Amino acid sequence: MHEPVKFHFNVDGENFSSAGEASVMVKKKLRQLGFPPDVMRRVSIAMYEGEINMVIHADGGSADVTVEDEYIEIVLADKGPGIPNIDLAMQEGYSTARDNIRALGFGAGMGLPNMKKYTDYMHIDTEVGVGTTITMRVNI
Amino acid sequence: MKIREIQDLLQAELLCGNDALDGDVDSACCSDMMSDVLAFVKDQGVLLTGLVNAQVIRTAAMMDMPCIVFVRSKIPTEEMLILAEECGIVVMRSARRAYEACGILYSHGLNSLTGQ
Ligand SMILES: Nc1ncnc2c1ncn2[C@@H]1O[C@H](COP(=O)(O)OP(=O)(O)OP(=O)(O)O)[C@@H](O)[C@H]1O
Ligand SMILES: [Mg+2]
Repeated sequence: MHEPVKFHFNVDGENFSSAGEASVMVKKKLRQLGFPPDVMRRVSIAMYEGEINMVIHADGGSADVTVEDEYIEIVLADKGPGIPNIDLAMQEGYSTARDNIRALGFGAGMGLPNMKKYTDYMHIDTEVGVGTTITMRVNI
Repeated sequence: MKIREIQDLLQAELLCGNDALDGDVDSACCSDMMSDVLAFVKDQGVLLTGLVNAQVIRTAAMMDMPCIVFVRSKIPTEEMLILAEECGIVVMRSARRAYEACGILYSHGLNSLTGQ
């Protein structure tokens, strides 16, 4: 593979019912490209957690997935409120989600640690009042 | 256990995925929190839930879980079933409460998916 394969998605923050659509699309594309199930699953879970976060915490954003020779990179960028304390946000069980989010099945404070667990590289770039960009890589 | 047996044991109504009923599963998990399913489930088994939204289907799809059982007679939308069909997931609904449904499957040998 010489030309990297790229996918771009706008993640709608207005409409919770579409949250996760981009991740489903990416999984479908990776299956067409013939990736092994465990690689697909790791990319899917990490991206899905991040995509849901953009919808519930940041009013949506964009998702870019690039298939390189040695890894798959997922970049999730939003112009939401930012994360004031990354160490705290990375702790299992820490969540600022309210009951309305929990009623939808999310907000246990498990997403960011899970993204870290399923990827080989994860970097959070965030500024309060400006937004958050999360870059993750899964080795192929 | 065959997915077909799960349907029988729970007297469940099949909503989609007829052609995958002979698939095998050996574990299950039950939760209304998709966050916990994403974080704690380790194998590809059955998801029992009382939560009804598109994220239930997408969560199962991301985790490669082959079967979803909606308990307490919950009714998924047509849109959810189309998505499940596309993802190759069997969907059924049972009148059993979550606790009963889990007890029945557990006593017939289905393991816990979280495998603590
Ligand atoms: N894109 C984001 N923008 C702003 N804040 C975020 C973003 N992503 C995560 N956070 C903050 O970090 C906290 C922890 O995120 P994490 O994904 O671990 O848990 P959660 O989304 O609250 O619940 P869960 O992921 O279990 O459904 C969130 O509650 C939120 O305060
Ligand atoms: Mg989250």
